[in-house]
Amino acid sequence: MATQHSRSAARFMMAPAVILLLGWMLVPLVMTLFFSFKKYLPLRGDSMANGLDWVGFENYVRFVSSSSFWPSIWATLIIVGGVLFITVILGIALALLLDQPMWGQGVVRILVIAPFFVMPTVSALLWKNMFMDPVNGFFAHMMKSVGMQPIEFLSQHSLLSIVMIVSWQWLPFATLILLTATQSLDGEQLEAAEMDGASWPSRFIHIILPHLSRAITVVILIQTIFLLGIFAEIFVTTGGAFGTKTLTYLIYQRVLESQNVGLGSAGGVYAIILANIVAIFLMRIVGKNLDA
Amino acid sequence: MARAVTPRRKAVNTAISWAIGLLIFFPIIWVFVLSFKAEGDAIKAPLEVLSSPWTLESYSIVQERSDYFKHFWNSVILSVGSTFLGLLVAVPAAWAMAFVPGKRTKDVLMWMLSTKMLPAVGVLYPIYLLFIQLGLLDSRLGLVVVLMLINLPIIIWMLYTYFREIPGEILEAARMDGATLRSEILYILTPMAVPGIASTLLLNIILAWNEAFWTLNLTAANAAPLTAFIASYSSPEGLFYAKLSAASVMAIAPILIMGWFSQKQLVRGLTFGAVK
Amino acid sequence: MKLKSLLLGATVLAGAAFGVNAETLTIATVNNGDMIRMQGLTDDFTTKTGHTVEWVTLEENVLRQRVTTDISTKGGAFDIMTIGMYETPIWGKNGWLVPLNDLSAEYNVDDILPAMRGGLSVDGTLYAAPFYGESSMIMYRTDLMEKAGLQMPEAPTWEFIRKAAAAMTDRDNEINGICLRGKAGWGEGGAFITAMSNSFGARWFDEEWNAQFDTKPWADTLNFFVGMMNESGPAGFATNGFNENLSLFQQGKCGMWIDATVAASFVTNPNDSTVADKVGFALAPDNGLGKRSNWLWAWALAIPAGSQKIDAAKQFIEWATSNGYIELVASKEGWANVPPGARISLYENPNYKDVPFAKMTLDSILSADPNNPTVDPVPYVGVQFAAIPEFAGIATEVSQEFSAVYAGQQTVEEALAKAQALTNDAMEAAGYK
Repeated sequence: MATQHSRSAARFMMAPAVILLLGWMLVPLVMTLFFSFKKYLPLRGDSMANGLDWVGFENYVRFVSSSSFWPSIWATLIIVGGVLFITVILGIALALLLDQPMWGQGVVRILVIAPFFVMPTVSALLWKNMFMDPVNGFFAHMMKSVGMQPIEFLSQHSLLSIVMIVSWQWLPFATLILLTATQSLDGEQLEAAEMDGASWPSRFIHIILPHLSRAITVVILIQTIFLLGIFAEIFVTTGGAFGTKTLTYLIYQRVLESQNVGLGSAGGVYAIILANIVAIFLMRIVGKNLDA
Repeated sequence: MARAVTPRRKAVNTAISWAIGLLIFFPIIWVFVLSFKAEGDAIKAPLEVLSSPWTLESYSIVQERSDYFKHFWNSVILSVGSTFLGLLVAVPAAWAMAFVPGKRTKDVLMWMLSTKMLPAVGVLYPIYLLFIQLGLLDSRLGLVVVLMLINLPIIIWMLYTYFREIPGEILEAARMDGATLRSEILYILTPMAVPGIASTLLLNIILAWNEAFWTLNLTAANAAPLTAFIASYSSPEGLFYAKLSAASVMAIAPILIMGWFSQKQLVRGLTFGAVK
Repeated sequence: MKLKSLLLGATVLAGAAFGVNAETLTIATVNNGDMIRMQGLTDDFTTKTGHTVEWVTLEENVLRQRVTTDISTKGGAFDIMTIGMYETPIWGKNGWLVPLNDLSAEYNVDDILPAMRGGLSVDGTLYAAPFYGESSMIMYRTDLMEKAGLQMPEAPTWEFIRKAAAAMTDRDNEINGICLRGKAGWGEGGAFITAMSNSFGARWFDEEWNAQFDTKPWADTLNFFVGMMNESGPAGFATNGFNENLSLFQQGKCGMWIDATVAASFVTNPNDSTVADKVGFALAPDNGLGKRSNWLWAWALAIPAGSQKIDAAKQFIEWATSNGYIELVASKEGWANVPPGARISLYENPNYKDVPFAKMTLDSILSADPNNPTVDPVPYVGVQFAAIPEFAGIATEVSQEFSAVYAGQQTVEEALAKAQALTNDAMEAAGYK
């Protein structure tokens, strides 16, 4: 259907976006690759102007042989996996609930999506201080009032707490997308199934879930992209202590706290590889789902 | 799948939904409450907090200490500017991908998304050096471009999925009538794509408003938005809950209000092609 | 670019109006009380010189990250940076800071406390002017001490502190005998435990830069700390830093608190503190090994090399760290609130003598020796830190391992073994071996 003319026009129209993104990807990528093979310790006076020493794969070896490396991969997977699990499950439940007839549906919807508008820094600060603080926090006061010892969220249950905070931020997003999908669900089909005596669980598994599968993959894809890079939430709450150092945070620690740009850049390359593995894996699924 | 239900069932639905909604919204309410309290009262037990006197003290301290409106304007300029610039680049690209799909279209799309996975902390040094070279440090222009680039893949993808929903026959018909490419986009596509563009715009303003890594690290005094404003209220010396709450309310209120007014639009459009 | 020239035009215009070359200075600073007070008083500077000031006020960790990136890339985003005693010698040595060796005569640079001046100089050249200086000391509740039937000596030992803490603890009434920093971060719990370890005879490195966490003094330090905090410390001390402890102490939930001397003015301020009239002070404890466990620190103002506004920036630094500024604060907020610990003359001022914590602050500062911080010799300078570029990164990771011990997630031995390994690894990466 597309003519030669429209094809070249299309190419022309895509060019700005492709060129910009290519530049945005390549320039930092090439520089990161370059630094990752160099000894670059800015605080020791190393700089581009003075020339940097070539160190081969030393930074790559050092980054993975650090005792923090595998725990950081683990922490990353727990946080990403945990948040995805919670937001998808609760998102489906909320979407189905909010789709039911009720009074004040619009207002409830606003209440549910509100956390999405809160900056990550603010939400981390407010959870850490006003809620999870073991002395003055809301939860601590509640627990003390019923005679319990306040929970020390961010030191004793650090990963869980961070998963909770991040889930609070992303639940609205999942709910919204799943809600839009739920709204297009075929009511008649459901009613027919109900007449035929299909139980709620079987209706859910055979009709609702398949209908939502596209939306679920979209939620997983988009959230994974954002969750792999979460930083503010950890920086503000634990600063990477108590096993919450994700790969992103470890890179931050190498580049900015230790001021070892070479080592951090090698970590950056690993992160890009990891992200791409996840991406390819996800896109296989999503790609299939989006074509259907 | 909304159906007629008994009032009883509707009442139950309403009760459960409101309870959950308020639970999710509660942290925001609580910050709002604390922002109107004195520092000494803000750390008390919840019931004592509620019964303590209300005051605007924290807001006046925050306003006196930092120039809220400067940060606010920077946030507005950065988020709106980067979104419009992004749309300018993304609309043609998404149009082309949706209506003139090639063999590689899907790959290009996925590649674009994958650029979002570059860990920001890992490339801070390269970008910082680049900004110095280009004289863009602490400039709104530089940040507008960076924020646009960060969100561009999302914009393109969202628009692509909307454009794909537009039936191709309409375009065919228009072409038969001798419509040029330009008028095709302007008079036929655009009106049909407005809801999609609107929700893309909203989502991107939100994402840009809340971006806290680049906006903090590439600015000093001139271009700093509200994310930097917040960084001066986190964990100072002494009691700070009330001041932090006031600053937080001031930072999130504009975007929250915008979100509320446009939530119908957002709900309708935020599909990422998930709905067929 | 257009915007820049426009701004430039505006500045020139403003300068013409003043008849001097007025500049706009961008200053990066930390969000603590004294700095915020200074922001409120900036008008005084502007009326005197015609220069205006744009403040970039950030939380401590964000500030460090921001200014370090900027200075190491020669970004030039700031005209003045607020930095500490750790950064100054390193940056000064790299030639990144403008030497402050030509300050005016009335500024009287010799009036700066020698300990502060030494810590902010490289080879005798001053690179940053101290805005305020601090050491650490014991702040304790006189009423609780009396109730426990004990008397605080001027210079107590750790044994006494542990005993007193246990005696003061009354968990049913939410009173903890002692509150100390356990929070991860080299400037938080890391600073405290390092200063404490000095009094136990521990050190970070031997003279060949080998990590020393496998030595007995470190194990003693940590075991003592953990034991005492479990007996008498607040719940969740693994995440308590300066600010958390300040808040606990002000609410009357701590019997003793060993921390920065600047905290004295907060805990004795009746507006914020419920225990303002019941606070006593003593030197930080020791173990009879000749070193006490107090640190030395200053927040100071420095000018990045390559700045276009060096003259105006120097004027600001002279204004902000002068005796005139101290008098300005005293006239507006009282003597107890002036920035302490920077100038000799402050401690000779009869008005300041009445301030209850003045003497103990000075004694603490004078008893810290950054050039000779430990019992055994070390190759580094600094009491609660080692002034080498790698330290901040290493010490943050080490303190994270320690915080995990405080939270009960690993043993002292495990933490020390990890600390030893990661320190040696980082030192190797930096080319020390």
